[in-house]
Amino acid sequence: MKEVELNTTTINFGPQHPAAHGVLRLVVELEGEVVQRAEPHIGLLHRGTEKLIEYKTYLQAVPYFDRLDYVSPMCQEHAFALATENLLGINVPERAKYIRVIFAEITRILNHLLNIPAYAADIGAVTPFLWCFEEREKLLEFHEAVSGARFHAAYFRPGGVHQDMPEGMEEKLYEHFKTFPKFIDDLESLLTNNRILRQRSVDIGIISKSEAIEWGCSGPVLRSTGVAWDLRRSQPYDAYDQVDFEVPVGKKGDCFDRYLVRIEEMRQSISIINQCLNKIKPGPISIEDNKITPPKRNQMKKSMEALIHHFKLFTEGYRVPAGQVYSAVEAPKGEFGVYLVSDGSSKPYRCKIRAPGFAHLQTLDHLSKGHLMADIAAILGSLDIVFGEIDR
Amino acid sequence: MIKILTKIDGINNILENNNLLEIEFEKNNIIKIVNELKDNDELNFNQLLDITAVDYPSREFRFDLIYILQSLRKNKKIILKTFIKENEKIESITNIHKSADWYERECYDLFGIEFINHPDLRRIMTDYNFEGYPLRKDFPLTGHTEVRYDDLEKKVIYEPVKLTQEFRNFDSESPWEGMENKLFGDEKSSDEN
Repeated sequence: MKEVELNTTTINFGPQHPAAHGVLRLVVELEGEVVQRAEPHIGLLHRGTEKLIEYKTYLQAVPYFDRLDYVSPMCQEHAFALATENLLGINVPERAKYIRVIFAEITRILNHLLNIPAYAADIGAVTPFLWCFEEREKLLEFHEAVSGARFHAAYFRPGGVHQDMPEGMEEKLYEHFKTFPKFIDDLESLLTNNRILRQRSVDIGIISKSEAIEWGCSGPVLRSTGVAWDLRRSQPYDAYDQVDFEVPVGKKGDCFDRYLVRIEEMRQSISIINQCLNKIKPGPISIEDNKITPPKRNQMKKSMEALIHHFKLFTEGYRVPAGQVYSAVEAPKGEFGVYLVSDGSSKPYRCKIRAPGFAHLQTLDHLSKGHLMADIAAILGSLDIVFGEIDR
Repeated sequence: MIKILTKIDGINNILENNNLLEIEFEKNNIIKIVNELKDNDELNFNQLLDITAVDYPSREFRFDLIYILQSLRKNKKIILKTFIKENEKIESITNIHKSADWYERECYDLFGIEFINHPDLRRIMTDYNFEGYPLRKDFPLTGHTEVRYDDLEKKVIYEPVKLTQEFRNFDSESPWEGMENKLFGDEKSSDEN
């Protein structure tokens, strides 16, 4: 028997580590400082969301979606709302569509405003973190103004949105997004040409076009490889077919391209929001069918029927015709899909959540092979990993 | 596209509703069909989005196994559906779509469906040493075990779930449907506002 000497060291990374972006446990096999194999252990934040949803009515299921990817809550409610509406066979009013698009884009900016500085912090820059959090706070105020909550909004509901934007909101949004591009310029002046950021991200974690498709990547990760694939463009939902925007793509598919794609997406989001603000008109914000959306409070004071509807909606819920549907939205992280099966009752029979991060994290082993241990932090940051959605 | 799909053998049924293609097939044909869908230039379903299952405990073929594929070139999504019995196994498609690896592990973890020739079929979502398949309909919502830190033993211990309040699942569904036509003499209720 020949004796083989192993020169590799196996180390454990996480699950409590600032660069793990949550509760990722990685088992890394190193030869010197070079990564031979990186094996993610996930599920430490598994809360059984899909199982819980099977025991809740369609309306009660909405808040679970805020808690999946907790930095981009509204986009996920969007997918669930679209899936349920598809099964119910209803079409939401024009104003609700625009409000949804505006807030989906605000959510996208919020998400990128967290990911970009977190990525920068992983590879050594602290200031962007402080800057972006201030900007996030301003945007979260818009969340709060419409839904009452900064994060767990439960605002997009099957049938429309929960309530109309408060008066003067359009002007406030318009004013805010007039100054916001300046902030992106400032942020870029800190990062884009920064020598350290470039040294740590250019040519790190390269993924090719075909590999990205093969591994099920979507969103900025897929676009950074040069594939101009965006569900908002290719399979438009709500009011996305009414607005013009560019789909930024990268060239190499490395960490730096993913960063640049996200910066450009924020600029495009501003343009989408401005177009929506120009086109939005007063009108109903949810379908006017009290079998699905609750009646107004003042109606309930006067009408017996409204009171009964309200009671039935919040106890039994509404029944959804039997069937199955897969609805996907372009969430900030990629394609977020909901596969919903109804058996005709008021609770979903099965609700499978397709999280973009799940597919992205799976590529980590492939991306980090041959890189240094320190690059794992950079790659993880650039993939935009949030454990709420991966572990579900 | 449906025309091309009908030419592939092994497909039992093709449905199209809500702009979503769905095909049903025998589980033994899985490799052949997924390969054909990927390689055929007219179809080009080259991205695997998800693998999941739906549990129907009362049926003989207990699980619906579902594959969601996407064609970036044709801008189309397709759902593949097959039916399998409780202890049946199905061929893994990790050799065709790399991303199937974790999706199949998840399916195995939560439903107990085994995939033949999977490179590394381990649990993925649940705790280390977990028992049972949580997304099956006969698995209780509360689970079987709970964990806590034991101060005497100085470690985390597992013990059977103790519910301080009995688990309640209210069935508030009304046995009757709402009335379709208006009541005679109730016309005034609508023009109140």
